[in-house]
Amino acid sequence: MSRAPVVRLPGIAPLLVLMAVTVMSVLVILPLFTVFHDALAKGVGTFFSKLKEPDALAAIRLTLMVAAISVPLNAAFGVAAAWAIAKFEFKGKSVLLTLIDLPFSISPVVSGLVWVLLFGAQGWFGEWLQDRDLKIIFAVPGLVLATILVTFPFVARELIPLMQDQGVDEEAAALTLGASGFTAFWKITIPNIRWALLYGVLLCNARAMGEFGAVSVVSGHIRGLTTTLPLHVEVLYNDYDFVGAFAAASVLASLGLVTLVLKSALEWRHAGELAARRRH
Amino acid sequence: MNLQPAADTDATRHSLEIRGISKAYGRFPALKNVSLQARDKEFLALLGPSGSGKTTLLRVLAGLESPDEGEVRFDDEDFLAMPVRRRRVGMVFQHYALFRHMTVAQNIAFGLTVRSRRERPAKSEIADRVARLLSLVQLEGLEKRFPSQLSGGQRQRVALARALAIEPRMLLLDEPFGALDAQVRRELRRWLRDLHDRAGVTTVFVTHDQEEALDLADRVAVLKDGELIQLGTPSEVYENPANPFVYDFLGASCHLQGAVDGGRLQVSDWTSAAPEGTPDGEVNVFFRPNEVAFSTPDGAGVAAKVKAIVQRGADVRLDCLIDGRILELQAETEDLPAGLTVGTEVRVHPLRPQVYAS
Repeated sequence: MSRAPVVRLPGIAPLLVLMAVTVMSVLVILPLFTVFHDALAKGVGTFFSKLKEPDALAAIRLTLMVAAISVPLNAAFGVAAAWAIAKFEFKGKSVLLTLIDLPFSISPVVSGLVWVLLFGAQGWFGEWLQDRDLKIIFAVPGLVLATILVTFPFVARELIPLMQDQGVDEEAAALTLGASGFTAFWKITIPNIRWALLYGVLLCNARAMGEFGAVSVVSGHIRGLTTTLPLHVEVLYNDYDFVGAFAAASVLASLGLVTLVLKSALEWRHAGELAARRRH
Repeated sequence: MNLQPAADTDATRHSLEIRGISKAYGRFPALKNVSLQARDKEFLALLGPSGSGKTTLLRVLAGLESPDEGEVRFDDEDFLAMPVRRRRVGMVFQHYALFRHMTVAQNIAFGLTVRSRRERPAKSEIADRVARLLSLVQLEGLEKRFPSQLSGGQRQRVALARALAIEPRMLLLDEPFGALDAQVRRELRRWLRDLHDRAGVTTVFVTHDQEEALDLADRVAVLKDGELIQLGTPSEVYENPANPFVYDFLGASCHLQGAVDGGRLQVSDWTSAAPEGTPDGEVNVFFRPNEVAFSTPDGAGVAAKVKAIVQRGADVRLDCLIDGRILELQAETEDLPAGLTVGTEVRVHPLRPQVYAS
């Protein structure tokens, strides 16, 4: 891949660099440092004991579970939607595209609220659910639904441009060579998008684990039962348990850092196969 | 059109029969009632400008498009009733459509490895066949490369080898040389014809390059706006274009207005015998710019005035004002009247004019 040409603007260049560095330090590095500093303020022992509290462990477990359910579902949905949009012509395609983008443009609080309106005690299906003793709101299903809604654009958005770029010729070639539709999908389509898919899943996962707004609405903040890690941070913070809050926050921050490293590694190794930077 | 040599009985056996194929995309008709046949082991070219429906027709044969109407039979089987994967046609796509995440060897072997366990050849046999195909397309030693590591010509040959690996009953080529530069194109052309003769498969190939079609094919089908305009051997089509479009499409052409009256053809101030069977009335006269004889003003032909002379080796390009318009003609220097310069009055005699009623 050829590098973009570089132009230096005399005089202004150092100024811009200085500004960028300052902003980065104040807005990104300093807060990140604070999180770990405050988490470890009372020593490593306290830090780990805070994380070993049953509520904290439950929050970590719940966060992992919600992500483990919603991310694969969104990966499957993302592949299906991207496939339909990139490889077929049909009426209402732009409507589908808009719908996929919707969660990006509406507030996460709304994404949570819609589920309350649908499945809450006073909601459309509230009574029906109550009669059957099914709990969605203030329970794990609600958390999963809210997370899915908020994170569903990530995989699809990553795949659509790449799949549009790749076209359908390879699949067509596979069919003429005797492959079934199923074989063509698994042996041609999926391998061609694997890195972009992984990239999308990574972003989707980071958001799924870090989501606060939508989840907050449907959670009910029942400690040890419906508080995910971000909610746990808030609960502890409101309780003035700063070390505990920052300890939990540091887990989230580490998660973010790991995601960042993996993401950069993907971009570095497989830039050509990611949609963000095209090959030609 | 029935000029098939009667002696060659095998050649009259049609393996591919296309009858009355129509296909529309929305309100745009891509193919209109196209019927044609290809003989067994024939090399058939579908020639036409872009938008003429030639690629759509090829995709119908492959099973990648289904026509709205019509019938396709191959070896007396109903081809349209068969799904793509059962047709066993080897298709080479315009941009090759090589599987980018597979090596050359994996690409070529794909059609064999995806077969059901019962029909799949043994691993060693697949490896053998891949090796044989690699040598056939002269790519030995490149089996471990990925498509992105190959040149355009090499990719095209991998695509061909991949298509041939399934021992296709018919080979379909979509602009096989479209993405290559002129030099590679000419080299591969001969090679492809050679390969076809050796493989002995009925081949249909799509091109917009008339030179390619006339040079390579046993027969050429000229398409325009979704309609089959003419079908014949390259010489039939070249010598006797069915209409002005085909004439123009097959090579450089010059065009003059004329009239036919009682078997006499009048073009500007020149009268000659009209080709047999031309009805009376206004006509369009076409001729190739290099098929003309120049003579002095007292000779035969249409009056012309030389406007420009461009010498290119032994050839000369002459821009001549004829009947109120400038025509670009070609000749060899030795065939020109002596002392010809810009401004000279000459007569231009089209040697093989084609006359079409207007």
